[in-house]
Amino acid sequence: MMARVRLVLLAVTVISLGAAAPFYASSFTITLLNYIGVYALAALGVVLLTGFGGLTSFGQAAFVGIGAYATAWLTTAEAASPWLGLLFALTLTGLVAAVLGAVTLRLGGHYLPLGTVAWGLAIFFLFGNVDAVGGHNGIADVPPIFVGPISLEPTTAIYYLIWGIVIIATLLVANLLESREGRAIRSLRGGVVMVESLGISIFRIRLITFVLAALLAGLSGWLYAHMSRFVSPTPFDLRMGIQYLFMAILGGSGHILGAIVGAGLITLLQNALQDVLPLVFRDGEQLVVIVFAIIYVLVLQFARGGVMPFVLRLVPSGKHPAIAVAAPLPRRAMPQRGTTLLTAEGLMKRFGGLEAVSRVGFEVKAGEIVGLIGPNGAGKSTVFNLVTGALSSDDGTITFLGQDITRASQRHIAKAGIARTFQHVKLRPNMSLIDNVLLGVYPRTSAGFLKGALRLDRVEERRARFEAVTQINRVGLGGDPYGLAGNLPLGRQRILEVARALAADPALIILDEPAAGLSRREKIVLADLLRGLRQEGVTVLLVEHDMEFVMGLVDRIVVMDFGSKLVEGPPAAIRADARVREAYLGSVA
Amino acid sequence: MTPDIGLILGIDGVATGSIYALVGLGLVLIFSVTRVVFVPFGDIVAFSALTLASMQLGRMPGTVYLIATLAAVACLVEAGHHLRRGRSQRVMRGLLAYGLLPLIPAALAWLTAGMNLPTWLQIPLAIALVVPIGPLIERIALRPLADASVLLLLVVSVALTFGLSGLGLLFFGPEGFRTKPLITEIFRFGTIIVTAQTLLMVATAAVSSLMLFIFFEKTLPGKALRATSVNRIGARIVGIRPANTAALAFLLASLLGAISGILIGPTTTLYYDSGFIIGLKAFVGAIIGGLISYPGTALGALLIGLLESFASFWNSALKEVAVFGTLIPVLLWRSMSLARVDEEDAEIEG
Repeated sequence: MMARVRLVLLAVTVISLGAAAPFYASSFTITLLNYIGVYALAALGVVLLTGFGGLTSFGQAAFVGIGAYATAWLTTAEAASPWLGLLFALTLTGLVAAVLGAVTLRLGGHYLPLGTVAWGLAIFFLFGNVDAVGGHNGIADVPPIFVGPISLEPTTAIYYLIWGIVIIATLLVANLLESREGRAIRSLRGGVVMVESLGISIFRIRLITFVLAALLAGLSGWLYAHMSRFVSPTPFDLRMGIQYLFMAILGGSGHILGAIVGAGLITLLQNALQDVLPLVFRDGEQLVVIVFAIIYVLVLQFARGGVMPFVLRLVPSGKHPAIAVAAPLPRRAMPQRGTTLLTAEGLMKRFGGLEAVSRVGFEVKAGEIVGLIGPNGAGKSTVFNLVTGALSSDDGTITFLGQDITRASQRHIAKAGIARTFQHVKLRPNMSLIDNVLLGVYPRTSAGFLKGALRLDRVEERRARFEAVTQINRVGLGGDPYGLAGNLPLGRQRILEVARALAADPALIILDEPAAGLSRREKIVLADLLRGLRQEGVTVLLVEHDMEFVMGLVDRIVVMDFGSKLVEGPPAAIRADARVREAYLGSVA
Repeated sequence: MTPDIGLILGIDGVATGSIYALVGLGLVLIFSVTRVVFVPFGDIVAFSALTLASMQLGRMPGTVYLIATLAAVACLVEAGHHLRRGRSQRVMRGLLAYGLLPLIPAALAWLTAGMNLPTWLQIPLAIALVVPIGPLIERIALRPLADASVLLLLVVSVALTFGLSGLGLLFFGPEGFRTKPLITEIFRFGTIIVTAQTLLMVATAAVSSLMLFIFFEKTLPGKALRATSVNRIGARIVGIRPANTAALAFLLASLLGAISGILIGPTTTLYYDSGFIIGLKAFVGAIIGGLISYPGTALGALLIGLLESFASFWNSALKEVAVFGTLIPVLLWRSMSLARVDEEDAEIEG
């Protein structure tokens, strides 16, 4: 509690010092603070997009420019109110971002940032060459903002508007990141297969995040236009787009306050260098950009987390709230025990010349535990990937609960009630245990971006958190739900994946080598857990190499070898089967 | 547009496109071997043209100071690297490679400044002067991050663009230059006029590409580069040192960039920061080739040259919008042709 009080005291001090600034600081300082606020808003978009969403963009300045130009044009050429200009700026920025995002966000890796460079440049050249917006001369005499009768023309007046918006925007983004959709945004950093397997639409999350980042830029542009009262293409060129990215990185792209810190540091540094360097060197002006390049390269080489991690060490950290008991989330109706749950017929998968899976068929009945075994390279994991939609089969059909899911997407299959774990653990090591498991709850909850940002999702959020903690305790990982998933040993990370799968309330749970890396005792606990699930009517399909574990647990076994089904039956029959022995041990002849 | 004008624009486009192709090949070479999307590559092109222009004006090229600065920093980084690992015996070799070697052409240029050498001496000297820029930058800023993600390397290379353009302004000044034409002959084919300069550009691009191909196919270092680009870890296991292949890739790419600069110098006025746009246009071409295919890149670059040429006839102010705007449908097409997005982790902090 003491830490919390100190934190609140610190925040109150900073805010009151800031609020009183126009009474004690010079007007130059206030102007500087205004610029920092405007830049911080755009950088906040980059922190959201790049730091949390893992989508690197060099094009943020172009969106700032669209916002600034939109309002500047509307308020000068059409003499509209700046508030109308705000609406226009946000609408236009949002639309352009939605179109660009729809086109470029399907790209992976380095293509997206390169794409942002390209349209960042294209938009900049467009500003400079369209006569309606003044070409290279820009638009002058943009009117100031009025709040009722009060003009925000003086720098001290617009100061409050700018920083008010920065604070509100930061709070909204912080809320969002702690909500259901925010966790989905954070899960974007890393591979895509895991995210889709949880029933989350990557494209939708990426697109909305991208548009949100652009809207923050558009807001920044609106403020910029009415603050400086003049817009020209230069402040929105690619160089500035790169600068916004570095503000986020220098400040700390992994932290929401990194945007303000980064914008502050870069603006102050630029200001200081422009004053000092010309005194020391003949070509001082030109050295500023070189000094910045050196700083950027050094930061990227030695302190990729930026400044924030160092600041956070000095500030006392708040305690995580204890998780309260809440009404459980509604559960799906489990299919009648013994009815057919999953049917695979004639599955085929070729990788080039290799037939990884060839005409494999099997059936899983509701409420049983089925083991899929076979020597290494038999095609077991490929079968799992076909069933869960991570790979699409070349031939054959898969039916789940009477529905044909052969061509269905991973996301659709996840929503239909199949949850899975991976042979190579796919978690978000930089997220806490509870956040990882909450990703599993995603399809069972519904709070959207707006609800999350406004904290209108709290009732559902409490229920989701209670569910997540229940599952963590159930698999035996209770203790520190706020610890980072990456700090668990590998075997326990597999178990965390099981908790995440359980959190989705699946009808069928598919486990790829869940016992690998577990101690004997942990294996017994896992086996008990799976028996408990069977009791509840959950069906389990698993691949496992530990024969003792499999034989003692499962109802039926399907054996695969060289991509084909060898034999199928109860454990005792499999153990006695000569063909199975031959597959594992080789023929004696 | 009459067919004649179309033909003239076409020839013009192929000439510019062949330069973009050379630059694009350099970019693909660097990317495939080191995974660095080397955004400042265009600066090498511009610096090469500006170097030749300074020589022709009888001035000392700013490149001499640029190389001296980069070499000094590279020596510090190299010495620090070896000393931290307690390998002081390697320091001398590092200083020779990164300190002495790049300074030889610089020293020659410094000694001969104002002597008005004949063109056939100026051009190789200008190229030799510029070529070390690539390997020096690689040593200073990129090798310490050789194991980082593609994305992080891209961000670093963007930061470098800032620095290099600042250095360019410092050492070359803000004025633009155009070098003297290398050859002035004009050929007439019916009504169509083709300058020898155009033919020279296309021919040099073709010959350089051919030599690059032979290098990759027939020589051991070429095969080492190819091996590295196919599988870095595999190449390492068979004894190919990544640091060596990276340096070689940057050296070769620099050479391509320097040649491109000499060729493009007489056709347009270049400023210290013109390289950025040239490099990015070559990039659009390289992306059409998927950043992996050399013939695809050459073809893409030619297309960009043609597009630029025709777009400038249609509306010269918006030709850049057209060129960079094309990238978006191209990216869309590429993303559709990629069946599955790779599972690469998109992390900035390590």
